[in-house]
Amino acid sequence: MNIKIDRGSQISEYEVPFENITLLEALNYIKTKLDATLTYSAGCRSGVCGSCAVRVNGTEQLSCSYKLDDGDSISALKNAPIIRDLVVDREKMLSFNVVAKAWSSDNSKNISISEEKAEVNEIQSDCILCGSCYSACPVYAVNEDFIGPFALTRSWRYVSDAREEDVQQKIESIQTNGIWDCTLCNECVPVCPQGIAPKQDISMLRSRSGILGFMDPNFGGGMDFGGGFDGTPNFGTPSF
Amino acid sequence: MIDVLVIGAGGAGLVAAISAKEAGANVTVVGKSFPTRSQTSMAQGGINASLGNVEEDSVQAHIKDTLKSSQGLADEEAISKLCSQAEEAVLWLDRIGLPFSRTKDGKIAQRRLGGASGIRACYAQDYTGLKILHTLYDKASKLGINFVNEHFLLNMVVEDEECSGATFIDVKSGEIKELRAKSVILATGGYSQVYFGYTTNSSASTGDGIAAALRCGAKLSDLEFVQFHPTALKNSAILISESARGAGGYLLNSNNERFTDELAPRDVVARAIDDEIKKGFDVFLDIRHLGEGFIDHELPQERKLAITYEGIDPVVDLIPIKPVAHYTMGGIEVDEDSQTFIKGLYAVGEVANHKVHGANRLGGNSLLELVVFGREAGKNAFSYSKNIDLKNVTSRQLEKDIKNLLDIQSYSNKLDFYENREKLGKSFYENVGITRDEFVLINTLNEVKQMQDNVKQMGAKDTSKVYNTNLLEFLEFINTLEISELILLGAINRKESRGAHYRVDAKDKDDEKYKAHTISYKDNNQLVLELVK
Repeated sequence: MNIKIDRGSQISEYEVPFENITLLEALNYIKTKLDATLTYSAGCRSGVCGSCAVRVNGTEQLSCSYKLDDGDSISALKNAPIIRDLVVDREKMLSFNVVAKAWSSDNSKNISISEEKAEVNEIQSDCILCGSCYSACPVYAVNEDFIGPFALTRSWRYVSDAREEDVQQKIESIQTNGIWDCTLCNECVPVCPQGIAPKQDISMLRSRSGILGFMDPNFGGGMDFGGGFDGTPNFGTPSF
Repeated sequence: MIDVLVIGAGGAGLVAAISAKEAGANVTVVGKSFPTRSQTSMAQGGINASLGNVEEDSVQAHIKDTLKSSQGLADEEAISKLCSQAEEAVLWLDRIGLPFSRTKDGKIAQRRLGGASGIRACYAQDYTGLKILHTLYDKASKLGINFVNEHFLLNMVVEDEECSGATFIDVKSGEIKELRAKSVILATGGYSQVYFGYTTNSSASTGDGIAAALRCGAKLSDLEFVQFHPTALKNSAILISESARGAGGYLLNSNNERFTDELAPRDVVARAIDDEIKKGFDVFLDIRHLGEGFIDHELPQERKLAITYEGIDPVVDLIPIKPVAHYTMGGIEVDEDSQTFIKGLYAVGEVANHKVHGANRLGGNSLLELVVFGREAGKNAFSYSKNIDLKNVTSRQLEKDIKNLLDIQSYSNKLDFYENREKLGKSFYENVGITRDEFVLINTLNEVKQMQDNVKQMGAKDTSKVYNTNLLEFLEFINTLEISELILLGAINRKESRGAHYRVDAKDKDDEKYKAHTISYKDNNQLVLELVK
């Protein structure tokens, strides 16, 4: 099979003499047999470590789970600085988990949670931080401060947790450059290898924000919300 | 100044870092990749604690099962600590937000794993390790712990017989750096990648920390004890969790016959499967009778993995399996405070040998170990650091490693290390695997020594400074080659069978001679091997 790899300054083409293999197996073959300089990240080879996300013919995929087709074109994730070949710098993406305060406040005691309530954030906690959703996100592409899909999913994972006692603080931290900036375009949903729908989690966070008295600043119109909508709305004092 | 430098950002490293930070330490966590990419993400089945949420259980029963499985090679006190702190460990995880699966009445759900007399493993579907790792990472982020990612460990800095940091390659820039600290915790994981191509483990499990510890004079122990997981996918060696058998999955040979107790300890089941394979049979895991609803609810990852990597759907098909290297019981010798033979150097997690697994680890005990001992190691390293006054001067090790790296990059490259890596993995699987024989072991040792002699004729082909994974893989290969020799020396020296170490030429346990730990270390560049009771 023929495979093309976008390496920034050049596109390298390789022939891989196997059928029915994963992209990662092909990359490993190329690296160990054909070209030791080809650079990519990988780890568990079973879809849980999140190292090996790239784009195949423009669409985000985990190298370890994608079955290679003849003629496929491989390139690095978008919206992150390329370090070398298929390796991108993910430090910035990961920093949004901190911006979103995506963690448990852990004030809670050992409490009983129903099976049903525990399943509320089951899929959100399957996230492997592979970065596919940031690569696909058109908002992040134009606003580098946008908190972005996996960090917002992670926020919802804790906000929706029956044990969480400080929802307010989390909700506050995702108002600016957060949930309201998402256009709900759905690009992040089909690319998630874990079947997570960040868009839906963002919608849930919007509803929860509404309940807590936060509002979509884009619907400010000419109304006076008392916070002064000069682009830095005062979310500390909800308007109702 | 860093009080506690944690090397390795998997479960053990993160727990140690969190506990040191909460005790007030200035903590930095450094790793060769990113925290959430660590081996811990691949743990599936669960974490043991005798909560008795499903059926009656007790700490005593947990201790008894663990001791039994260890085959006399564990430390009873360490096991007792592990099991009696298990409940608190699980409740701590619950408190910091781990999304455990739940029972109908709202308690933490538990399942049965091999070798356990009770339903003891707490779980989050079959993503237990993944969810523990990410929850710990979030907790560490909350505490503002400093992470230094993509730094590859070269050597420990040991001056005046005290460890005060380590040297690294900054992977992104290619620069060789040192991080100095008053105390250091190694949490770099195991060495299953010695069995390259025949392991469930991440490609990162190359024993870098164990090799660095050996080079700096620390002692290692029981390296010959390598656990083979009974059920990895036949073609890809990807793990299918023991929880599949815990839930009632069968093992079948190609005659459709069951041939063993599926829930015996892993060493026993792996040998039973190996016997069938040697008879010429294929071996399968059958979970069809559990039903699609149950599989999707409790074992979603197993179904996904079987479909993706084996091209079969376990709801309707048999899963072809084989046993492969999964967990390394041996590691850096530590005392009850997790301190190694070198002052100021601590070790925790799979990299260390806390003597809780002995000759065979029970499923669900390694996630438990990293919480129980990780919390202690963090605190102990911090207490130690309080009495250390470290001057901020460049170490001799850094100069040495800068020179070393230049040497390595000038190796002749006549031989391909990737080919050798493959050869070593295959040879270890066949010769130092589920069954062993002295004659074959000695031949393999010669093969390893030959490979070691040839290292200078290998080398990295890529000369780039930036993100040179070719060079890193070569350094990882050198680490596995260093550890290979010690595994073999231990296996040759231990003329008996015990747990995961099974000698066809000495099938019985010999307590009189070998109820003892294999201690190995370097003395003046010479390898020393001792049996210590």
